[in-house]
Formats: sequence, C-alpha cells, structure tokens
Amino acid sequence: MTDSKYFTTTKKGEIFELKAELNSDKKEKKKEAVKKVIASMTVGKDVSALFPDVVNCMQTDNLELKKLVYLYLMNYAKSQPDMAIMAVNTFVKDCEDPNPLIRALAVRTMGCIRVDKITEYLCEPLRKCLKDEDPYVRKTAAVCVAKLHDINAQLVEDQGFLDTLKDLISDSNPMVVANAVAALSEIAESHPSSNLLDLNPQSINKLLTALNECTEWGQIFILDCLANYMPKDDREAQSICERVTPRLSHANSAVVLSAVKVLMKFMEMLSKDLDYYGTLLKKLAPPLVTLLSAEPELQYVALRNINLIVQKRPEILKHEMKVFFVKYNDPIYVKLEKLDIMIRLASQANIAQVLAELKEYATEVDVDFVRKAVRAIGRCAIKVEQSAERCVSTLLDLIQTKVNYVVQEAIVVIKDIFRKYPNKYESVIATLCENLDSLDEPEARAAMIWIVGEYAERIDNADELLESFLEGFHDESTQVQLQLLTAIVKLFLKKPTETQELVQQVLSLATQDSDNPDLRDRGYIYWRLLSTDPVAAKEVVLAEKPLISEETDLIEPTLLDELICYIGTLASVYHKPPSAFVEGSRGVVHKSLPPRTGSSESAESPEAAPTGAPPSEQPAVIPAQGDLLGDLLNLDLGPPVSGPPMTTASVQMGAVDLLGGGLDSLMGGTNFAAPPAGTMPATLSAPIGGGLGDLFDLTSGVGTLSGSYVAPKAVWLPAMKAKGLEISGTFTRQVGSISMDLLLTNKALQVMSDFAIQFNRNSFGLAPAAPLQVHAPLSPNQTVEISLPLNTVGSVMKMDPLNNLQVAVKNNIDVFYFSTLYPLHILFVEDGKMERQMFLATWKDIPNENEAQFQIKDCPLNAEAVSSKLQGSNIFTIAKRNVEGQDMLYQSLKLTNGIWVLAELRIQPGNPNFTLSLKCRAPEVSQHVYQAYETVLKN
Amino acid sequence: MIHSLFLINCSGDIFLEKHWKSVVSQSVCDYFFEAQEKAADVENVPPVISTPHHYLISIYRDKLFFVSVIQTEVPPLFVIEFLHRVADTFQDYFGECSEAAIKDNVVIVYELLEEMLDNGFPLATESNILKELIKPPTILRSVVNSITGSSNVGDTLPTGQLSNIPWRRAGVKYTNNEAYFDVIEEIDAIIDKSGSTVFAEIQGVIDACIKLSGMPDLSLSFMNPRLLDDVSFHPCIRFKRWESERVLSFIPPDGNFRLISYRVSSQNLVAIPVYVKHSISFKENSSCGRFDITIGPKQNMGKTIEGITVTVHMPKVVLNMNLTPTQGSYTFDPVTKVLTWDVGKITPQKLPSLKGLVNLQSGAPKPEENPSLNIQFKIQQLAISGLKVNRLDMYGEKYKPFKGVKYITKAGKFQVRT
Repeated sequence: MTDSKYFTTTKKGEIFELKAELNSDKKEKKKEAVKKVIASMTVGKDVSALFPDVVNCMQTDNLELKKLVYLYLMNYAKSQPDMAIMAVNTFVKDCEDPNPLIRALAVRTMGCIRVDKITEYLCEPLRKCLKDEDPYVRKTAAVCVAKLHDINAQLVEDQGFLDTLKDLISDSNPMVVANAVAALSEIAESHPSSNLLDLNPQSINKLLTALNECTEWGQIFILDCLANYMPKDDREAQSICERVTPRLSHANSAVVLSAVKVLMKFMEMLSKDLDYYGTLLKKLAPPLVTLLSAEPELQYVALRNINLIVQKRPEILKHEMKVFFVKYNDPIYVKLEKLDIMIRLASQANIAQVLAELKEYATEVDVDFVRKAVRAIGRCAIKVEQSAERCVSTLLDLIQTKVNYVVQEAIVVIKDIFRKYPNKYESVIATLCENLDSLDEPEARAAMIWIVGEYAERIDNADELLESFLEGFHDESTQVQLQLLTAIVKLFLKKPTETQELVQQVLSLATQDSDNPDLRDRGYIYWRLLSTDPVAAKEVVLAEKPLISEETDLIEPTLLDELICYIGTLASVYHKPPSAFVEGSRGVVHKSLPPRTGSSESAESPEAAPTGAPPSEQPAVIPAQGDLLGDLLNLDLGPPVSGPPMTTASVQMGAVDLLGGGLDSLMGGTNFAAPPAGTMPATLSAPIGGGLGDLFDLTSGVGTLSGSYVAPKAVWLPAMKAKGLEISGTFTRQVGSISMDLLLTNKALQVMSDFAIQFNRNSFGLAPAAPLQVHAPLSPNQTVEISLPLNTVGSVMKMDPLNNLQVAVKNNIDVFYFSTLYPLHILFVEDGKMERQMFLATWKDIPNENEAQFQIKDCPLNAEAVSSKLQGSNIFTIAKRNVEGQDMLYQSLKLTNGIWVLAELRIQPGNPNFTLSLKCRAPEVSQHVYQAYETVLKN
Repeated sequence: MIHSLFLINCSGDIFLEKHWKSVVSQSVCDYFFEAQEKAADVENVPPVISTPHHYLISIYRDKLFFVSVIQTEVPPLFVIEFLHRVADTFQDYFGECSEAAIKDNVVIVYELLEEMLDNGFPLATESNILKELIKPPTILRSVVNSITGSSNVGDTLPTGQLSNIPWRRAGVKYTNNEAYFDVIEEIDAIIDKSGSTVFAEIQGVIDACIKLSGMPDLSLSFMNPRLLDDVSFHPCIRFKRWESERVLSFIPPDGNFRLISYRVSSQNLVAIPVYVKHSISFKENSSCGRFDITIGPKQNMGKTIEGITVTVHMPKVVLNMNLTPTQGSYTFDPVTKVLTWDVGKITPQKLPSLKGLVNLQSGAPKPEENPSLNIQFKIQQLAISGLKVNRLDMYGEKYKPFKGVKYITKAGKFQVRT
C-alpha cells in the first residue's frame, strides 16, 4: 500500500469525492481523505475548496490526523481567513494540553497561520508557552516570536515578547538558548539598529557554554551571533577563540565555516607575535581543506569563502596548493573556483607545479575552463617574475595549437605580460601577428591593437595591420575603437612620414562619424595635441606607463574586511556586501573587523600617522599630472589594468573639463587597486591642466599663521573602523594653551549623539581640560569642528613612541579607540628662554653622552629667519656666534613637565643642510625635539 | 531562513513542494530551469542562483534536484547541509531516495519535512528523534494500522529531543548486543602521464553500526592515533578526551551512523596500489587511433586488488572502439563516448590489458586532448593509511557486546592522465 493511490482521480471529480469522504463517520476513512488532500497539496494542486470540511476534522485525539489538518491549515488559512477563525478555539485549547508535544505543536502551527485575526489570539498562549516548564515548548515558542514578528512587528514589541526572548538567552537549556539566539538574529536582521543582541561578557559566556551542548544547527546560530560581538581586548578575543576552535572538527560544514568566521574576525585583534596566533593559523588549514572533500555544492561555497580567506591571510593555506588541483570530473563551477585560488596561492616555491597543471587544463574540453586556465598562466607570469619566461613559452605553445579561443585568451594575457615586463619578451610579437585574422573577440582584438601600437617601431607592417582594422571601424566595439585610435596616434608619432593619411582618417572617423562621446572627446584631444604641439603630444602619448600591479583582481581591502565578517553567508558567495543585494535589508549595518589592540601594531597602522609631518599618504593622493593624463590616454584595456588610485577622484575633478567623458570609461569596471606611490614616476612635465597645481597648494596650506606651527588635519579614525564616525584632527598651541582640533564627520546612516572623549595615560600627562562639547546631535553626512582644550596635568605613563597618545571616543553607537602621535612642539612652553650664564653652565653640566646630533636637510633659510621661525614655536635663541663663516645658534626650550632641552644649531651660508646638536637630561626626548625642529622649519 | 523546498526530477517536473512560511509560486523555479539549461550537464548547475526576489540554493542527489528558496541572508552551507540531511532522511526511511519512493510515501515525506523545519529553523534532524515522531513505513505496520486504526505518528515527546545527548533515545533494548565498525578509506589521486603522483590523499571514515541496549559509554582507541590530525567528529564524541588522550569516547546513537571522517594528506603516507601503462594515440589525417592500457599492482601491501573498473570519457570524435581485453569485459557507449572496462581481480602472473583500434569520425581533426582514465578498485581487510583500531571498551552497562572491526580501501577520485 503506497501513497501513490492518493493521486488517482475518478470521473466524478476529485473534489466532490473528497468532500464526501471527509464528512464520513468512519475515522479511518476521514484520515485517508485528509491524506489525499495533503497529497494533492504537495504537488501544488488547489484544494482550498475543501477548507471547511478539513477543519471539521481538527477536533480529534488522533495525533496524526491533527497534524495533517494543521499542515493543511498552514497552507490555506491565508486564502480563507474567515474560516480559519473556526480553528482558533482548538488551538487555544491545545495550548493548555498536558502533553508538551501537543502544546508545542499548537503554538508552532498558530504562528504559521499568517492571518491577523488569528495572531490576536496567539499572544496569550504564546506568553504562557514562553514560560512553559517544558523546554521543548519554550524552544518552540522562541521561534514562534520570530514568526509573529514577521507578521506583525509592532504587536511583538507592544506585547514585550522581545524582552522575554532576550531572557531566554540565559535559559538553562542549551536548545532554548540556541533557538532564542536564532529568533533574535532573524528579528534583528530586519531592524538593524535595534541592538537586540546586545552582547556583554556575561551573555557571551552563556552562549559559549550553550555552544558545547546544543545541536549542530543551534551551534551555527550561536557562532554567527558570536561573530557580531566585539571583544574588549585581545585577551577576551583569545579566550573566545580558544573555546570556538573545537568546532572546527565538527562534521557539519556549516558549523565549521561559521567557526572559521569567528576565528578570522577575532584573530584581527590578536598580536602577531603571540604564540597563540601561530597556533590558530595552523589550526585553520585542515578544516578548510576538509571542506573540499565534501559534496560539490558544499565545495563551491567553501571555495568562494576560501578565496576571501587566502586574500586576507594567504599564510593559512600556502602549503596546501595541491588540494586545489582540478579533477576532470569536478563540476565546472568547482573547477573555475579552484583555478582562481590556485593563482592566488601561486608563489615562487610552487610555480613549477602550478604551471604544469595549468598547461594540462588548457587542453581540456570545457571552453570556459580552458580560457580561464590560459588566463591563469598569464597571471602567474605577472605574479611570479621568475616564472615569466616559462609562462610566455607555454603561452606560445598554446598559440601554436591554433585553437581559436585559446589563441585569443593568450593574446590578451600576453599584452598584460608586456605591460609588466617591458622590453623583455617582445620577440614573440611576430608569432602574435600571424594570428591576427583569427581574432574575433573585442578584448583580444583590442589587446592585439594595443600591442601593434605600442611596438609600432618594431613591426614593419604596423601601418598595414592597423589599416586593416580601420576598414570596419564602425562595426567594432567601443573598446576596440578607442584602442585603435590610440594605437594609430602612437604609430603616427613614431613613424610620422608614412602614416599621416592614416591618422587623419582615424581622427575624422572618431570625431565626425561617431556618436560615442568617449571616442569623440578622445579624438579631439589627440587632434588638438597633434596640431598645437607635436613634441608635447609625443611626450604625452608615448609616455612611459606605470607597471601594472602584481595581483590584478584582488578585492578592495575595505570590502575584503567587510566580507571577512560575512564568511559563510550569501555575501561571501557573491563577494558583495549584503547591502548590495539582499532584498528587504533595511539599512544593513556595515560590519567591520575589530582594530588590533597590540600596541606595537597600532603605531604602524596608517590612521595613526604622525600629525607633526604632513600626512604620509599625500604623494598617493596627488599623482604627477602628466601621469594621470598618460594613464587616461593609454590605459583602457579593462579590468586587468590597475587604474589610478581611487583617492585621486577629487583631484581629477579639475581635469574633467579637459577630458570629458573619457574619464568615465576609464573609471568604469576598473579595479582600483592603488599602486604604491613609488610606481608613479613623474616622468612627464607637459604642463597640461595648469590649474591643478593651484589646487594642490591649497590642500597643504591650511595651517594658521599665529602661534606655533599647526599641521594639517589628518584622519585619525577612518569611518569604516568606527561604524561611520570619521575623526580627523591636529594639535595646536596658541598663547600658552594646547588644544586638539577635531573634525567629526558622520558617515553613517543614523544620527550620532552623546559624544565623550578620554585619553589613556601618556608620557606628558596630556588630558582633556574640558568635556567634548558637541552641541547638537550629528546627523548623517554632517561635519562638526571642535577645539578641545588640553592640559598636562593628567596621569603620566611612558609610552612608546614617546609622543604616542591613545584616545577613546564614545558616542551613542559604540566606543572607538585610536592612537595618534602628537608633535612635541605643542609642549614647548612660553618661558623656555634660559639665562646665558645658566645655559653655559647647564651645557657643561650635562654629560656628553646625552648629546645627540641630527642633520636638518634642505632648509633654505638663513640664520635670522630660522631664529624667528623657531621662536614662534617657543624655541628661543639665546646667543648667536659666527665661527669660521658658520652661524652658530644656541637655543633653549622647556617642555611642559619642566625638562629643559639645549640646542646648538650650525648653519653654513649657502648650504641648506644644518647640523643640530641637542643636549638634555632626558635624552629620549631628543629624537622628538629634532622632529619638531624639522616640522617647524620646513613649514 | 529556508522558505520553501521544491523537488524536481531530471525531466524538469516539480513533483513536490513544501512551504515553511508563506507560499512561494512554482514559477520561481523557472530561474532554476534557465540555469539548468545553460549548464548543459545536470551536474554543472550552480548551487546558488539569484533571482529578483529570492535565492535558490540547490543540491543534486540521486538524480533529483532539491531546490530551496530563501529570501534573507542565510548561510548557504547551512541550507546545503540541511538539504543533504533531508535526502539522507528519505534514504533512511524509504531505503532509497528516488522520485518513486517519495511519491509512494508523500504524506510521510510531508510530515517529515514539517518536523524537520519550523519557520525555516531546523527542528529535529536526528534520525532517532524523527523515527520516534514518525515511524518509518513497514508492510507489517501498515497492515496493523489498518486493522487497529492506530497511526504511525508518535504521540509522546521524543526522549532524546532535549537531553544533552539528542542523538540517542532512552530505553533501547536488544537481545544480541553488537557494535561493528567499518574503517573505509578512499584514495583520491591524480597520476600524470609519466606515472608520477601529482596529488594524492586518503579520505577515511569510520562508520559504525551499534546495536546496544541501554546507555552504553564506549571508548575506541587506535594503535596509531597520530595519523588522525585532520578529523571531523560526530557530535557524540567528547572532544576534550580526544584532545588530551587521543581516544574516541562517546555515547553512541542507536543504529548506523558515521563516527568520524578524516583525511591523511602527507604524500609519503599515501600508497598508490595500482599502476597503469597506457598508450593512446590518434593518427593525424586518418580516421583511426590506437588504444592500449595495462594495469598492474604497485604498493598493495600483499593484498589482492579486486573490483577494478576503468572508465574513460573518450573524445567526441571517437565513433567506435574495437578492443580485446585479456580479462573481464568492456563496453563502449557511442552516445556518451564512455568506455567502461570491468576488469575484476589482478593476478600478478598475468596482468590484465585492453588493446585495439579506435575509429574516429572521418575528416574531423584529431582530438587535442587525451582522455583521463578513471579507476575504481577495492582492497579488503586493509586500511591503506595503516590506521588500526586497538580496542573498544564499554562502560555503563553490564552485558558483554559482540565487537567487530572491518577495514576496506577503495579508489575515490582516482585519475590517471594520459
């Protein structure tokens, strides 16, 4: 006897027949009839017409029949709300049943009926069930709160169910805890700002205890919840990690990945010097590898996450390359992901193996996979310099196969190799040119054209080749058209005599016959450049290009950090933050990794850059103008080329007028991996966009003139580390008072208020002299400027470096920490001028080993100017002597804590390098005093 | 959380749907069919598909697609694990996880699904608990039920549901108390053209069949536990004991379950029991090629290698194959281009070989790629990693159980490139 009999129909009409059976007196017949109804429902047939008849069967002691009726109710109650009311009494009665199974079943089913009239009756039974003596009922009721919230959020809040749910986190039964956490997490997802899961060390402890005892699914909920917690220091982070690591050996891969998420996140807070840090790294590898032996679907999700993990911490899996080797019967989606990770893990140590594998893959059957394998060979060449030669010869072998798509992919990657290693592999150009005719994809055509243009002087028939492309100019894609335009201009500049006609032709095609604004604008620029000053044109167009960076498709670091917080979720599969795609997530809270608390680390992090010197990132913000244009004109080959850094956006605004739409095409789709500042040589001096220079001057000349030197404000706390609060600031000293000038910007979506500030103990006892006064709440996108007066009567603790200041800022959202270095000259007091006699005596008195000598380079001032400039910052010149044509300045200064520093500054007229000798009883300040000199003199 | 589940067979019929929240229209599956069409091969359908309002997370098992619909951010692994659990449960209840079995038991399936998930949250997924709530169908029970009118739904709260050991029910009774363990190891390997190992690892599992009365507390120890450094445990295992003493200590679930799975990856530990000599060549500009493979034993620890099967996906241009095996039999499917050679046992005196001619489509260019050989084999009474169970002790109960350990080594994804 099987259930398939339920699917047979008779001529009379199924519904009619079922109706009769449902109203039968015989219990057995009734049950059979309900089963038939359910069977029809499972295949999506509409049996809602039987609603009253089925509901009539509800009053029964037969549990199976009851369950079946409930199943039916859940499915159809919504379409028959008035009839559903008939069931309410039975539900309410069942909620009082002595059998916990029935109580739980009733409350569970009631929650699933999405009818307002029923939910009203649900509140009382639910309240009772949440406090039921039986944990099974409590755990069911916890989930029911989430259901109810989904139907009527207001009702749940009004009835105080959320508080009851929060209390359940402290329940004695681990399953109840897990379900409460799951329910709260789901509710919190639709209310990002509600602070429902307000975790503190006590509740964390309870969760960790429950973690060991609840089911695998409960463990997932608890781990995901733990991942949102921000431990207060590295010790707490470590203790949580220790208690989470056993989960890495769980058989359920979702538990494993959630545990990995918690560990990856909290690891951020551990100092790298810690033994435990190393242990943890080692422990992470085996479970990740094990995930790869699971079913292909699990492998896929695991691989997407591993892709993030190897970008964040490549050291974890660096020895596990082989597990990512592709098996020929892996599903294609697994193959492609494995390939991606292989390239990320490729290094000098394993490149031989990787290349051998890739070559093997390039002869496989699947086109997508082969293409990606070919591309991967090119990426290896770019990543591991030692392998470049072998990669190029492998690619040439592949080109010889003449398989169309292999050839095209190979040409695209060879172009990148040329960009990375100029003047090394150009011997292969001839081979490439042989395959010109077989190229039919825009990307490959564009790449080939770029190669021909770039190396026009080496290719005898470059003009013929380019001309052949020009014939079908209007049928080409924009990418190819732009490339062709640039290539022909390059060719013209290299061989002006033979190609005049060609360049005329392409310029007129681009400017007159094209509707594409990018193409037209670029055409006009070239035209004007060529007609006004061919020499300048040459310098612009044939400029040396910056090398492309090693890793070309890395995820942007901020996004990566955010994604690490979402390991195991859909976001990690799509490599996009949830705000970008999850529907109904109203204002998703951006998660961020916790800041590292180890003090040695904080000094290195960029946000704590010393404020005395101009912010070190400045060179990256303002690239040489010529380069910027060079980039614009030469690089539009799409994603594998790293574009100008994101931070130039504001500067480029000045250039937009000149360049028009061309800019957009460049920015779109480019991966903004900012190359290090050093890779942008200022080779071009073409004075294009003269207005830009003025713009740059503005940014550096912010300092005020009275009082001692004030450095421009630097970002101390970036918004992504502080849930949207950005703090930048600087220190000033004016007429005897020190203050900290702050700029608070709200980059979050919610209003910020209740600001407060506190300093950690520091070397000179700096402390706020008044509370942080932010008069009105800070609304989104608003910025407020505050000057916080400081005094030096706080408690003292020697810091390393000496001028390190750790600051805590609180607002209604959270407490944030950052540290900054203050310039020492804000501590130089006004009465720091020593008596001459005293100076001489003290100079002799201080032992010679306390003397420190420094060079101040490239300071074009004379002795007078130096003296007056330093006086502005309370460094007083006591005497001036001229010895053998050199000016000797004897100076003194006093720090707020009464330390005297004596100085001898030797200035040779005509030599911009000064020698500074400092003597002080506390020699450790000398280095910082010297820096203060540097800062003051050079600004 | 999980919103809905659709079961779809290979021909694209949705034959079961279950909704845990509001009803989602079947039409959402169109996005799945679209992806399926694009993927060409059923195995290549991507497991996560996004649609304008939902996400579809699917698994492919036993020729069925389990497609779940989710609407909010949910860990996909959680969904995939759950879907596999659903399939496992069907297997457990009906002996097979097939369309026919599901259709035959559609009401039980529906009851099970309702019991496994509440509002998208997993409720009871342990087979012990489920079986107490909903009794698996047996012929005897359905006869009894129809006579007595009793149902196959349990009406008391399952005992394991809330205890600290949810995987075991109370009051288990057997007349013969037995505990059997199968140590099964699979060798995954890629062997390159020249016969050297590109990659090899062992995926091992210990499956247990425990039929013991009461609440037995078992500890299983190994001769060489150091082999096990990458292990996943059944939740019943006490992790602390393993960490400190390298002993598996646990109160077992009742019946069949997987105790641990482990991975041995260091290359020197992975012995490769067979070698293959092969020469597959296609002549340029002629419609034939040669095919010749021989299999022999390598590091087989003195045991017989049996159950050998070689499967080869031949290139598309191959029309037919004309081969002679020295042993066993072969088939070639000209539609799927799959060559299967059922070899049987290796006798070292006379190594099995298969040679002959390959007919190619005339006029087609000779294939670029050489096919990989996929090899299956079995070695009884051997765990190739060398793992050995030392002893099994039982505490907490007085009777003396029968105990047994069986070892077997198999080929997993064992590929030889040519």
